Amino acid sequence: MKINVTINGQAHEADVEPRLLLVHLIRDVVGLTGTHVGCETSICGACTVHLNGRAVKSCTVLAVQANGAEVTTIEGLANNGQLHAVQEGFWECHGLQCGYCTPGMIMASCALLKDNPNPSEGEIRHGLEGNLCRCTGYQNIVESVKYAANKLQGA
Amino acid sequence: MSTNQTQIVGQSIQRKEGRDKVTGAMRYVDDLLFPEMWFGATVRSPIARGRIRSIEFTGNLPWHEFTIVTAKDISGQNCTALILDDQPCLADKFVNHAEEPVVLLAHPDKYLLEEARRAVKIDIEPLPALFTMDDALNQTEIIWGDDNVFKTFLVEKGNVDDVWASADFIVEGEYETGAQEQLYIEPNGMIAMANADDGVTVWGSLQCPYYVHKALLKLFGLPPDKVRVIQAATGGGFGGKEEYPSMIAGHAALLAWKAGKPVKLIYDRAEDMAATTKRHPSRTRHRTAVNKDGKLLAMDIEFVIDGGAYATLSSVVLSRGTIHAAGPYACDNVRVRSKAVATNHPPHGAFRGFGAPQSIFALERHLNKVAATVGLRPEELRRRNFLHEGQTTATGQVIREKLDLDGLLTRALELSDYHAKKERFAEHNATNATQKKGIGFATFLHGAGFTGSGERFLESVVGIEATATGNVCILVASTEIGQGTNTILSQIAAEALRLDYEMIELAQPDTANVPNSGPTVASRTCMIVGKLVESAALGLKQTLVQSGLLTDDYSLDEWRQACAIYIAEHGALKSFSKYEAPPNIFWNDETYQGDAYGAYAWAVYVAEVTVNLVTYETRVDDFVALQEVGKVINPVLAAGQIEGGVAQAIGYALYENVVWDNGTMRNNQMTNYIMPTSEDLPPIRVFFEENPYTYGPSGAKGIGELPMDGPAPAILNAIESAIGVRVNCIPLLPETLMKVMNA
Repeated sequence: MKINVTINGQAHEADVEPRLLLVHLIRDVVGLTGTHVGCETSICGACTVHLNGRAVKSCTVLAVQANGAEVTTIEGLANNGQLHAVQEGFWECHGLQCGYCTPGMIMASCALLKDNPNPSEGEIRHGLEGNLCRCTGYQNIVESVKYAANKLQGA
Repeated sequence: MSTNQTQIVGQSIQRKEGRDKVTGAMRYVDDLLFPEMWFGATVRSPIARGRIRSIEFTGNLPWHEFTIVTAKDISGQNCTALILDDQPCLADKFVNHAEEPVVLLAHPDKYLLEEARRAVKIDIEPLPALFTMDDALNQTEIIWGDDNVFKTFLVEKGNVDDVWASADFIVEGEYETGAQEQLYIEPNGMIAMANADDGVTVWGSLQCPYYVHKALLKLFGLPPDKVRVIQAATGGGFGGKEEYPSMIAGHAALLAWKAGKPVKLIYDRAEDMAATTKRHPSRTRHRTAVNKDGKLLAMDIEFVIDGGAYATLSSVVLSRGTIHAAGPYACDNVRVRSKAVATNHPPHGAFRGFGAPQSIFALERHLNKVAATVGLRPEELRRRNFLHEGQTTATGQVIREKLDLDGLLTRALELSDYHAKKERFAEHNATNATQKKGIGFATFLHGAGFTGSGERFLESVVGIEATATGNVCILVASTEIGQGTNTILSQIAAEALRLDYEMIELAQPDTANVPNSGPTVASRTCMIVGKLVESAALGLKQTLVQSGLLTDDYSLDEWRQACAIYIAEHGALKSFSKYEAPPNIFWNDETYQGDAYGAYAWAVYVAEVTVNLVTYETRVDDFVALQEVGKVINPVLAAGQIEGGVAQAIGYALYENVVWDNGTMRNNQMTNYIMPTSEDLPPIRVFFEENPYTYGPSGAKGIGELPMDGPAPAILNAIESAIGVRVNCIPLLPETLMKVMNA
């Protein structure tokens, strides 16, 4: 099937098999490898991207479902080398260790802050429940999101 | 411009590779592409034990397009070299566990490859298999060696048998722990290029480049310079990428050699969980003599772990578990008898803590039972038995450092508001029928570095090289797997040379380029490798001083200038440092007596729980982790290690259950193997105390594994305090608790 998908502001036309997953379009066809695959079953959230502004797990979206849509991946978040506040938060507050869950965690955090710019600790923990991290115990991830929320509100 | 006078060690400096990790620029193994690369797949045994009768390639598939590898294709020794070399790289004639690799396939089309994997039919005549430690011990079948026993240890101090008759109380107990999956979020993977001219090169997700190197040498029968192992960015390990990557590297390399193409072999989650290693299940039996004052008179401990089908690392996991079994207590008569036994499970392997979480779980549960028997509070019983300076551990190791476990316990109980909460919860529980609250703690230790003579045998080497600009590159095989290796080693080098943190970088771990600083395991990277980095850094400075290019007091400009001149004259400026055991450290491998570890971290962890008697769920409401770690190199990174370890251990205690069915893991997906989410975990409150260790960098000891040891017994102790019911097995799932309470 022929599809048109805009990824990080750039239009892509591709002829794909109906079974192709969005994450494989992003990684294998377009070559953006910042979006990771951790479980293939929509549990871990490492593959989280934005589809028309909403966070989705791209391992359970078909590429054809993204036809005509706008997709943002971790590579599309920084602006001319200037880190997004959430990226800055994760680096500054050590919201990561191995880094494998991080792109998905950051994309999910961005979506969380869009809906709720000033979340409580409980709301952050609830909002990120669909993204697994095995390294941090989530403590510094929560701190990172708080940092970003403060920064975005101050801006 | 003067050299950096502010201390770099002790600061929460930003993670070296942090920017690449938040922008998606970091390249993990599955992100790497090579021209004409093929994909690899592994066909595995469907059953636990049997004789391979035939292998058939069925279905309407273009089999001639595939590269197919079996044991016959192995040019060297068919083993995954580790300690005993008993584990085949590919099963030949017999299989000894479910998911054992038998056939390898490679093809350029990964979708067709997956169809082909399913179309290979391995016909196996089943043989009787063992799935329990008791069956292994009772030798209902002999499946390994003469007696199904990989390793036995005996630690003996005093004579326990002289004590039983005079004891006021003898307390017995039995404790069990289950398997646990490491569950790094990045599944295992390797890429190999291999041919007769260039030898074998692999890139992969791994902790120990030189383990993989050693395994490939044997598998291919090649000289050391014809095998090269390069670590790609690694998405978590926790021990799960200590030994198993050698197997995957061997498979990828065999395929690449035969295909004449680079081959990428990436596991999906289901394969990773079903086939690779997990934490050893264990059973510990305690028999303890104690007098009416609560003094421990004798501790008799039997510790058994399930090693799975091959020896792999079970002997050393058993060793650490055995040595930690008697905990941080002074007791004149201790006997620990331990065994690692063979079953037809996939081999169990390294996982953070490495045997200690199992035996410490047993001990810290058991001591609460001892306390209750004597009529003492759990904290009072421990206070009466804590190790002090000058006393000896179970292996006869004299504690030479200032050690104040009493103070540590007091502080932990204060930080957690233990006593007040205990009273409050008693009132609460008296009036609330369904929500029961409890608080409990565990007191423990964890030895850093290889056990016993291990570090002497390893003889780790670290290199450090300066460039003409004065920047410095650290050459180690110690890998960054999330724990902060790059950052802390840079801090240590910057501190030693009084340079800016930004001037230090780490070479990519590549066996063609870095010396063997040993495996990235055993809480040894900071304490052992870090100390070598410190020494090598000082060696670099010494070279410049001795050459007359630098004085002991120098500015950054003087440093840069000295490096430039030296390199112009000599071509390069490098310094190497090799491990030497600290003086007065002795270990006897025969008697298992002596200084088991160079240093221990000491800890008291307190857990607060609510048990819901409608759903039987347990929630951890608060967690205090207090530990003495020598010196904290980077406070936020160090706390991150503790928080992550506690989170894994909460999973170990309450959620993470491996469901076995005739030796096959049935819940091999994240959908039904449950690890803690952000909502499941409480705030983890981490506190450090510092008591510098002479032979650690700036006084630091190892901390990576420590946090895995204490949470499970602390949580079960808290559950007991909440509901008054004694449960001695983990994971403690709601359904288990329901059965226990309704029994």
